Amino acid sequence: MRIVVPVKHVPDIHSDRGLTPAGRVRRGADDGTLNELDENAVEAALQIVEALDESERATSEVVALTVGPVEADAALRKAFQLGVGSAYRLGDDALAGSDVFGTAAAVAAAVRTLDAQAPVDLVITGMAALDGLGSVVTSLVAAELGLPQLTLASRLTVEHGQVEIERDLEGFTEVLTAPLPAVVSVTDHVNTPRYPNFKLIMAARTKEITVLSLGDVGLAPDAVGEAAARSRVVESAPRPPRPEVELVTDKGEGGLALAEYLIRNDLV
Amino acid sequence: MTASPRTVLVLLDTPADGLRSPARELLTLARSLGDVTALALEAPSETTLADAASYGAGTVLVVDLPGDASVGARLAPVAAEALAAAADRTGADLVLLTSSFVNREIGALAARTLGAGFVYDTSGISLTESGVVGSKRVFAGTWDVECAPTTPRAVLTLRSNSVVAQPVAEPVVPGVEHLAVEPTAAATAAVLVSRTAHATAADQSGRPALAEASAVVAGGRGTLGDFGPVEDLADALGAAVGATRDAVDEGWVEHDAQIGQTGVTIAPRVYVGAGISGAPHHRGGMQASGVVVAVNNDPDSPIFEIADFGVVGDLAEVLPQAAAAIRAHKATQG
Repeated sequence: MRIVVPVKHVPDIHSDRGLTPAGRVRRGADDGTLNELDENAVEAALQIVEALDESERATSEVVALTVGPVEADAALRKAFQLGVGSAYRLGDDALAGSDVFGTAAAVAAAVRTLDAQAPVDLVITGMAALDGLGSVVTSLVAAELGLPQLTLASRLTVEHGQVEIERDLEGFTEVLTAPLPAVVSVTDHVNTPRYPNFKLIMAARTKEITVLSLGDVGLAPDAVGEAAARSRVVESAPRPPRPEVELVTDKGEGGLALAEYLIRNDLV
Repeated sequence: MTASPRTVLVLLDTPADGLRSPARELLTLARSLGDVTALALEAPSETTLADAASYGAGTVLVVDLPGDASVGARLAPVAAEALAAAADRTGADLVLLTSSFVNREIGALAARTLGAGFVYDTSGISLTESGVVGSKRVFAGTWDVECAPTTPRAVLTLRSNSVVAQPVAEPVVPGVEHLAVEPTAAATAAVLVSRTAHATAADQSGRPALAEASAVVAGGRGTLGDFGPVEDLADALGAAVGATRDAVDEGWVEHDAQIGQTGVTIAPRVYVGAGISGAPHHRGGMQASGVVVAVNNDPDSPIFEIADFGVVGDLAEVLPQAAAAIRAHKATQG
């Protein structure tokens, strides 16, 4: 079983996030991190491999993959700490400014390259990246690869060459199955990610990250990045700060003050 | 500045039992942008057709899928193929959907096929001389961004409560047309084994659905498990009930009520957070709300930093008092 987990380096959710003048997500190594929801994808992949019998496990591998500049290695280091076996970064200046389609094309091309080395059975992603929150790249990667897509899994099982997921949509619970290979995304309800293991934390610092170029994965520079982007940010600005909060300390009439505020602002 | 109107295709979310408010809002916006055709993935009821007419859809295009259409249409890749085929049939240069996890997937996959630009979760869509522009709030509502597709065609999703739904003055009966779609093998490679409706909190209480409510009252750890005061104020306001991840994990409320980056993202006109400290994950799901009101007994709670109005106090006393005052006010308004 060979499982590829595409992961993303995102600004820390506790940091002051923003955009560059060019309309791109501001990223720095100092406040960058492994997208928290990708930890669930790594955990799901590790659990699938750990459930295999000994001989199958010996030939199995969980591979972390990211697309981005050298700072994105921080996300791969965290994936190593959690227990992935190897890590790849597709890094190329031409990738800057990719929209969801360019990103999906890049991820899919890298998966294809990994698949040519040794067959990939599953691609597992987190449900969303906590910067863009689009939740569409997984679907687009599946479409690029021509593989079945099973997204937003809150339960995931892999047995006899088949993947089955359960997911909760608003008002409905669905069960979907597909033969392997397949592309899956998991929510944060699917499992509880493990804490980094101390031995792995030490080892993660020096583990090898294989860097791929666009040429290595057979993509032309104009197939990704700003050159291929089908939309652009024409304006961006931090929202003006909210006016100072109007704060009331309840001395028996706090609820009346609240009601009066809502009525005064025509919100009732 | 005049911008040329577009041929607009709108995917209807709930064709069976009448339109829900996000679809009405979307049709209201769509008809300000051009000629509107609505797409139904399942045969619409009379109620839905009448609704679509009330909000300005001149034509309803119904997708005919082979086999059990109600199953296939639920798969995002199948729905996306139908949407792309409908865009080609109508010559639509603007394709609009409401924002939901599934609709974002459908929109992105259709845009991929159409070679169209894709902008998701907009809070406004306008036509300018240089083309279509989608307004977005990003990073938990802390940044405003204008996104412009650079392609002749564009697919956009619109968040709930972004516009006020308004019926047209004189609805016409929309023309109904059919479009046969044969899904590709790739689109049906994942099989829908079962689909079970579960009663949502909104169904059981008669309150509006969280994702589309214009007012939301949410409770967190500070409720100590008693959502009675939260529900009381919600009912006085006609609001939906929401919750933090903590409250859901404790089993105090159902999963459907979870507001946050991995739960429901909301942007109601007014949000009231009670007993909620304001952790980043929750803020990410509600910070784009119009007016933020917070009730918490800890004056140092981070939620007060993003609130317009706050009460430092015990929610079990503040909320019922507010609810009673609002009911009294409503009674005087007749």
